[in-house]
Amino acid sequence: MKLNPKAVSLLQVAPMGIIFTAMVLVPLLIIIVVSFLDYDFARVFPEIYLGSWQDVLTSQLTLDLYETTFKFVAIVWVITFSLGFSIAYFLVFHVRTLQIRLMLLAAIAIPFWTSGPIRAVAWVPLLGREGLVNQALLGLGIVDQPVAWLMYSEFAILVAYIHLLTMPMVITISNSMMKIPGSIIQAAQDAGASEFQIIREIILPLARPGIAIGTIFVVTAVMGDFFIVKTMSGGQVNTATMAIVTELNAFQYPPAAAKSVLMLAIVLGLVALLLRFADIRKELTK
Amino acid sequence: MNLSQLKPKAALPEPEKTHLKQATQGHRFDAELVAVTKSYGPGAPAVDDISLRIPRGSYCCLLGPSGCGKSTTLRMLAGHEDVTEGAILIHDEEVTHKLPVDRGTSMMFQDYALFPHLSSLDNVAFSLKVRGVATTERRKQARAYLELVQMDHLADRLPNQLSGGQQQRVALARSLITRPKVLLLDEPLSALDPFLRIKMRSELKRIQKELGISFIHVTHSQDEALALSDMIVVMNDAKIMQAAPVREVFETPTNAFVARFLGGQNVLTSDTHQVSVRTDRCRLGRSPGMRSLEGQIAMIEYQGNLVRITLQTTLGDEMTVLQSDTEYFAQNPQIGDTAVMSWHPSDEHVLDPMQAG
Repeated sequence: MKLNPKAVSLLQVAPMGIIFTAMVLVPLLIIIVVSFLDYDFARVFPEIYLGSWQDVLTSQLTLDLYETTFKFVAIVWVITFSLGFSIAYFLVFHVRTLQIRLMLLAAIAIPFWTSGPIRAVAWVPLLGREGLVNQALLGLGIVDQPVAWLMYSEFAILVAYIHLLTMPMVITISNSMMKIPGSIIQAAQDAGASEFQIIREIILPLARPGIAIGTIFVVTAVMGDFFIVKTMSGGQVNTATMAIVTELNAFQYPPAAAKSVLMLAIVLGLVALLLRFADIRKELTK
Repeated sequence: MNLSQLKPKAALPEPEKTHLKQATQGHRFDAELVAVTKSYGPGAPAVDDISLRIPRGSYCCLLGPSGCGKSTTLRMLAGHEDVTEGAILIHDEEVTHKLPVDRGTSMMFQDYALFPHLSSLDNVAFSLKVRGVATTERRKQARAYLELVQMDHLADRLPNQLSGGQQQRVALARSLITRPKVLLLDEPLSALDPFLRIKMRSELKRIQKELGISFIHVTHSQDEALALSDMIVVMNDAKIMQAAPVREVFETPTNAFVARFLGGQNVLTSDTHQVSVRTDRCRLGRSPGMRSLEGQIAMIEYQGNLVRITLQTTLGDEMTVLQSDTEYFAQNPQIGDTAVMSWHPSDEHVLDPMQAG
């Protein structure tokens, strides 16, 4: 049997198309519809009500929540980028053999074989009141009572985010760096460039796609996360995503839906902006 | 622009460099290797105790089969590979452990190694940029070098918008702007199509002659080496087989490897000596006073003005006779014919005995 090429293409796309429609587009459409509906403590009524949107778009609370979220995004990005770029640079340009490079990459990845809750709980013996860090500080006489802000604080959230998100930065950036031919670096050395000049003039611009993709990882993970905020802050810090979860738990679906749609729009906008710095197709095929 | 303006010695602007120039003006060799060895751990070294002197202003080709150590030798000259033992001198000054930029060498890479995110002009201007030369000044100088390689009309293109030959020219300009004492070329023509290869090689020769600096060019192509070189260095198995002016290497190869690798020679045994005889001095048919060998014609290649006839001897060796087309058509031999190849004893050149291989 011979199908025409157009039909073949359609058939090939169909499974993904069906899944995407059923699992993404339809639920999204429902969420958008729900955000415009009226509700009370137990039900959602099929009546148009713009109050949820009015609330989301005009209240000071939304601004405050996004301020916290963006603060986390900014701090986490700066630190994971600095760490990720440095580690990737070391792995790609200073580790001589591929075996050792892969071994070190695996060493970064292995802690992530444990599940999220275990890793979250694991911070307590390190950062808690009776934890290792506090005992060390007390023992060295640097403080006379345990430091309270190490755990269940914004600091703890940032530590967990950085721990989680440095790895994707390392991997995406080192992936870009590994594509830089050695001869290009040697040509720059011939031209008299110092190591720092080579990093700034050659490696940084050529690693830009990896940096952009790593940044997408970090931005979407921090913006979409509520689990780390909840466990690491002990429920004391609120972010835009946490607010959605809180309303969902209270069965206030329309305002939660409105906040979700807003969040989705902001994340998509950021990703679209970041994609201008990276050709994902080129990154995947090369 | 006039090429003489770009000569490294004529156009050094800073006074302290003029002093440096004085110090090197009387140098004997542009580049020198003294008992250089490179090993990558236990086992046979990649380059085994080689010594070499390259006279001033030479076009020198390092020729040999892949894996013979010629590229490693070039990278050691460039400072991109550590020397295990021995010393390297550029303009009589020891540079064995110096950084590439302090050696006065510049390398042209096989893959051109242009910076993909910079335009042709900024690629050429890169070495000036890292030295802190202001944008307008460095672009002006870079444009002059692009003119030298006839690429100034494509100054704003990115490397991936250029053809292989064009990228090569930009890479050449980028190397030359550093005013190297010695330019190192790693198989620079191997990625080009045959027509461009021949065009580019005459251009390399022209630029080398006009700049008056030494070019050290790694190649595995005999034609390329013969066409370009003042001096040929034939390498095999991590050692130098012969390093001499091109004519000497072609006419009087030291051993069978050089004779076979350069081509144009038959290697045969005469009076228990191993000798080489140029293929164009051999002819078909017996003549008085000439030595001869019998065999069967295995191949005839018509090359226009010349015809290459390959004979398979009874011992299984292959011998070649290069005839003019007039001679060939007069004799008209056929594949499968039994034929006699003969040569004059005075055309024999005695080779050093060497291990089989």
